[in-house]
Amino acid sequence: MQVIKVMQVIIVDYNMGNVGSVSKALTFLGVPNIISGVRQDIERATHLILPGVGAFGDGMKNLRAQGLIPILRKKVYEDKTPFLGICLGMQLLAQTGTEFGRHEGLGWVKGEVVKLRGDGDLRLPHIGWNNVVVRNQDALFQNIPDDNFYFVHSYHLVCTDSGVISAACSYGQTFAAALHQDNIFAVQFHPEKSQMAGLQVLRNFLGI
Amino acid sequence: MLKTRVIPCMLFNGFCLVKTIQFGQERTLGNPIQFARVYNSRNVDELIFIDMSASQECREPVFDLIAGIFKECFMPLAVGGGIHTMATVDRLMKIGADKVIINSAALANPNLIKALAEKYGSQSIVVGIDAKKDVEGKYWVYTNRGRTRTPWLVEDWAQQVVRQQAGEIFLNSIDCDGTMAGYDIPLIRRVVDAVSIPVIACGGAGKADHILEAVMVGRADAVALASLFHYTEYTPNEIKGVLAQASVAVRWNNKF
Repeated sequence: MQVIKVMQVIIVDYNMGNVGSVSKALTFLGVPNIISGVRQDIERATHLILPGVGAFGDGMKNLRAQGLIPILRKKVYEDKTPFLGICLGMQLLAQTGTEFGRHEGLGWVKGEVVKLRGDGDLRLPHIGWNNVVVRNQDALFQNIPDDNFYFVHSYHLVCTDSGVISAACSYGQTFAAALHQDNIFAVQFHPEKSQMAGLQVLRNFLGI
Repeated sequence: MLKTRVIPCMLFNGFCLVKTIQFGQERTLGNPIQFARVYNSRNVDELIFIDMSASQECREPVFDLIAGIFKECFMPLAVGGGIHTMATVDRLMKIGADKVIINSAALANPNLIKALAEKYGSQSIVVGIDAKKDVEGKYWVYTNRGRTRTPWLVEDWAQQVVRQQAGEIFLNSIDCDGTMAGYDIPLIRRVVDAVSIPVIACGGAGKADHILEAVMVGRADAVALASLFHYTEYTPNEIKGVLAQASVAVRWNNKF
């Protein structure tokens, strides 16, 4: 008998930016998805996506206020649900954030979020298309048609264990464009705005 | 390396997409959603949609149509025209805009730029500047679709919008618009030298060499164009191929 695995993708809604465009991209890929900040929905998820645009402190405050941190932690650590953090959703994985003061993060990935140096002519935020260098043929980057992705950010996650970095990008300095630690994946760029390459990253995540 | 962007610009007159010549003489091109679909399939870097008659007709942007365009796009989309209030920007952001372009509203109330930047971040706020050269070679900022001259010299206004925390400048040459005779390079250079934020140059592209000139000599961070795609055989990717051969960093894929 064939076993059909029913996918239940939940895009975590915690009032931090444009969740609609992530949902639209998944719908385009033919994957049903729900935007929700409700614990019962998250409990049922087969794949979790944490998007987000905005400041680190606000992001943690909203996750805490909605009481989502324990359920997310259970899903990721006990159920081993594949998890994808996007942009701020990647940064929140760190132990600490340093945007507008020091803030405690989720602490799932060892490291700290700090501002890009923006040396010389380099303007911040780092906005636009930049290419990444993929390490260890990471699963998230299989069959990408192009190595350029769309970035909008001023801060980046400095991983204590550089072994978790799955793709690096360069803008005055080299920083983590993506990371992979067990069932936790995260990208600093916006796959939902990165055309075919970005859609392929999302497709790869959903295949995990 | 951060890439120089090549951005198709869609100009909407309330009914359909058009092209203009020196901000007048409209020619009909077609349905915006079909165009958005084609540009998306051509893997472009970004799209600009301008509802050019919204401000003149004192109406709001065409939200339903814009939402339809968003559905077709998996790249950043900037929307301009008829944006005068925070409420309009709230609604555009909610339906999926990544950036808004404000022009006459910024001239009427420069504080609006700052208010929008504080709420959505500078990277989302683009100020559109329409400029025209006078007989002495000075460049003035115009409003009202190129009909009314403002008291601002283009470089002064560009610096003012940076002080108000604009994230990007969308610079149009009224003289060159739709002529396909080349960008106004001195205008681009004047604005690029005056500010530290990215400048998107628009108006006058008729061949790939014009675009190369805007980037290499004008030092534009991005180029926007329309006629070239509609009236020649060039695709966005072919133009980027020309830039790539001249060692300009672009997102270029010879598979497309």
